[in-house]
Amino acid sequence: MSTAAVAHAEETSLGQPHLKIGFWTFLGSECFFFGSLIATYMSYRGHSVAGPFPHHGPPHGTGILNIPVTSISSFVLLTSSLAMVLALAACQKGDRKKTSFWLCMTAFFGLIFLGFQAYEFTEFYHNGLSLTKNLFGCTFFVLTGFHGAHVSIGVLWLLSLFVINQREGIPVEKSLSVEIAGLYWHFVDIVWIVIFTLVYLIPD
Amino acid sequence: MADTLLEQETHDHPTPSTYVKIGVILTVITAVEVSIYYIPAMRGVLVPLLLVLSAVKFLTVVGWYMHLKMDPVIYSRLFFAPLLLATGMTVVLMLLFGHFFPHAKP
Amino acid sequence: MSTKAAALPRLQEEAYKGAWSWITTVDHKRVGILYGMTAFSFFLIGGMEALIIRTQLAGPEGTVVTAGTFNALFTMHALTMIFLVIMPLGAAFFNYMIPLMIGARDVAFPRLNALSYWVFLTGALFLNVSFLVGTPPDVGWFAYAPLTAKAFSPTHAVDYYIFGLQILGISSMMAGFNFIVTILNMRTPGMTMMRLPVFVWMTLVVQFLVVLAFPIITVGLIFLQFDRFFGTHFYEASAGADPLLWQHLFWLFGHPEVYILILPAMGIVSEVLPTFSHKPLFGAPFVIFSGVLIGFLGFGVWSHHMFTTGLGPVADAAFSTTTMMIAVPTAVKIFNWIATIWGGRIRLTTAMLYALGFIAMFIIGGLSGVMHASPPVDLQQQDSYFVVAHIHYVLFGGSILGLFAGIFYWYPKMTGRLLDERLGKLQFWLQMIALNVTFFPMHFLGVDGMPRRIYTYYGTDGWNGWNMVATIGSYVLGLSVMIFLFNFFRSLRAGKPAGADPWDGATLEWTIPSPPPLYNFARLPVVTSARPFWEVKYASAAQKAQMEKAEKERGADHIHIPPPSYWPIVLAFGMAVFFAGWFFNYYVNVAGVLIVLAATFAWVYEPGH
Repeated sequence: MSTAAVAHAEETSLGQPHLKIGFWTFLGSECFFFGSLIATYMSYRGHSVAGPFPHHGPPHGTGILNIPVTSISSFVLLTSSLAMVLALAACQKGDRKKTSFWLCMTAFFGLIFLGFQAYEFTEFYHNGLSLTKNLFGCTFFVLTGFHGAHVSIGVLWLLSLFVINQREGIPVEKSLSVEIAGLYWHFVDIVWIVIFTLVYLIPD
Repeated sequence: MADTLLEQETHDHPTPSTYVKIGVILTVITAVEVSIYYIPAMRGVLVPLLLVLSAVKFLTVVGWYMHLKMDPVIYSRLFFAPLLLATGMTVVLMLLFGHFFPHAKP
Repeated sequence: MSTKAAALPRLQEEAYKGAWSWITTVDHKRVGILYGMTAFSFFLIGGMEALIIRTQLAGPEGTVVTAGTFNALFTMHALTMIFLVIMPLGAAFFNYMIPLMIGARDVAFPRLNALSYWVFLTGALFLNVSFLVGTPPDVGWFAYAPLTAKAFSPTHAVDYYIFGLQILGISSMMAGFNFIVTILNMRTPGMTMMRLPVFVWMTLVVQFLVVLAFPIITVGLIFLQFDRFFGTHFYEASAGADPLLWQHLFWLFGHPEVYILILPAMGIVSEVLPTFSHKPLFGAPFVIFSGVLIGFLGFGVWSHHMFTTGLGPVADAAFSTTTMMIAVPTAVKIFNWIATIWGGRIRLTTAMLYALGFIAMFIIGGLSGVMHASPPVDLQQQDSYFVVAHIHYVLFGGSILGLFAGIFYWYPKMTGRLLDERLGKLQFWLQMIALNVTFFPMHFLGVDGMPRRIYTYYGTDGWNGWNMVATIGSYVLGLSVMIFLFNFFRSLRAGKPAGADPWDGATLEWTIPSPPPLYNFARLPVVTSARPFWEVKYASAAQKAQMEKAEKERGADHIHIPPPSYWPIVLAFGMAVFFAGWFFNYYVNVAGVLIVLAATFAWVYEPGH
């Protein structure tokens, strides 16, 4: 990460590191990216001409979404945020071993979440819901697919930090890099909170 | 000029055990959300309840895990302004596509 | 201002020669020049596209180009002027001037800055390569669905549009994050937000618009790409979807985009007018607040581009209201500009003439815009030449005139020489007359029923006269640009030396040499007002003595100049490979991703940054 930016944080107008300000701005812009995907999903809800449909109950009968399974994967992602924040705390205390452990756990939980997504996508495909089957397929797979892509990038990022920490260590002065990764990871988690509620838990 | 870096560092910083407690709260709220999904009698209030509960989870993660509550206010502004605008955009689009009044004439 | 400083970096000065130094530059001034040179080249290309259009339409049943070619011409003319000219010309000024105006030595992320230029160039070339392969985009710059569906546009034309815009969007967003952090976090001591020059404030608003609006079009383009490549149905009515979704997503981006196009010019005018009136900007806080309000409200008016799509009276009324509301802060700015000039000691330099011309032309463009804001009136005006008139008054009469004001104002700072004022005034008057001759008749043509985007018309339509007038005007516009080019290059070699402060400016960029040294400021200035240089130049003897004493007491500055880097151009290349992959096969996509990843890791680990 830019050591110049970190080292001179005190010389900045707001007394804050450039990277952190830039990253929160980026998260603001990501609100519009996911907002557009979610807005499309919600606007096209109920507009599919043919099935499969998301939820059980009238008017369509059976629904394809598996709430119990997705509840578990949501719990996994939530827990990964806890692991992330513990990794940052460890890094800020200079505890190199704990930092590695919690970074690894976060990535691990992220991978489990992705595993659940992979399972869900293949199940849906076998039950007749493909990307192009109907509007629900289009909006669901693109929304959750881009979310999953964000999770994947996050896992790569965390594993990179893990490797760096193992090889040369991430000292307290450079904990900003873990903090930024954490902001990204938590953001991906809160997007899922929104998706889980709007897509899975709110029925037609 | 640069004023408050030192002051920020002495703000109260949540401890790991606080984070774990928050994690437990988030799990409980999720469990409640899933439970009320399955209770037929709650269907009437399901949507408002879910929106409120998930908003609580959202703001908890943002406020504590992402440390916004304890950080300088500039970060809150940089995040919440776009969030509110994007939410507004989503609601207006849903309105324009007839999501809220499916059988209304334009 | 004191220019005494500790040991100044000489090392990088040697690396400042030759093409490689341009390819690896991370100096914001050089990045600004790269943006400016590229943008002006595309101005010439977009201008030629316009001249061919006007030649074809000079008389009825023209045979200069076929209908298909004409479609590509007006599509590419718009895309070029908007994304490859006005936006990057603005970027040229942001890059060069923002650090100078806030008293900084560079932007917050110098390599990201260079990257945004190389990605911009990639996008510009990507879009124009479509000409070379014979399939330029030909669906209008707003590419409405379902015309853009694979069924109706089977060639790669629309794909060049999709990926060209995605690449350009990435470039703009990178620059956006950079300038937001720079302006918020790199101001020199004493420069509070309200002491920022208005140009810097307008730039800040523009960058927020960029980073918030571009993600929307990114999603819209992803949907279009998925429909065309993977068979999804985001815009397909037969699957229950609504082609209007594209229009909503496009204009949710598109409307903030037009404010992205005009606010920089408004910022420039807000700098030029006070300087050449020798008066502070009247009501600067109001001008700033109006700019912020315009940016914010700009997200709430998008469906005024869709009044004729059957949204219904409630939606129409709502968007009509918000659109009319947005005229208010614009009017506030205009009144403040007029009040600035009133009673001032006015010097009619070319820059000043352009700023004044901007106000007059933008008022006309704004008036036609307010007319569009009424749905019943718009029902007749939509898709007619009345809209073409409106667009060109605000974009040429507004943005381009404003940008020329900036060019004549800041050219001396960037080159150390003045542009020739006589040629400049000739150019200005030619342009003022020609743009009105070209575009004013289009109001009449629109009211007379001439639709947009038609490649020809019949002699019996009654449109012959005004079309001929417009075409003649357009040729004179072309001539005026030639005069500018001559002035630009001749002044580089033989223009009058400008010195640091040719205009008696009030802001920080005039306190340093022309052109500025690599490190901009030997000592970062301490600022106590919004007009720091006037404070210094016009201080009383006692105040001056006090300032010199304060300067002596300050220690030497630590100057860190980031070394050059080739990772930005490598990363941009990786991005180009990724996007080109959509035209070939997935292996190429993967190769692009790997190059980007490798360049990212190398970037993070690069020493010296």
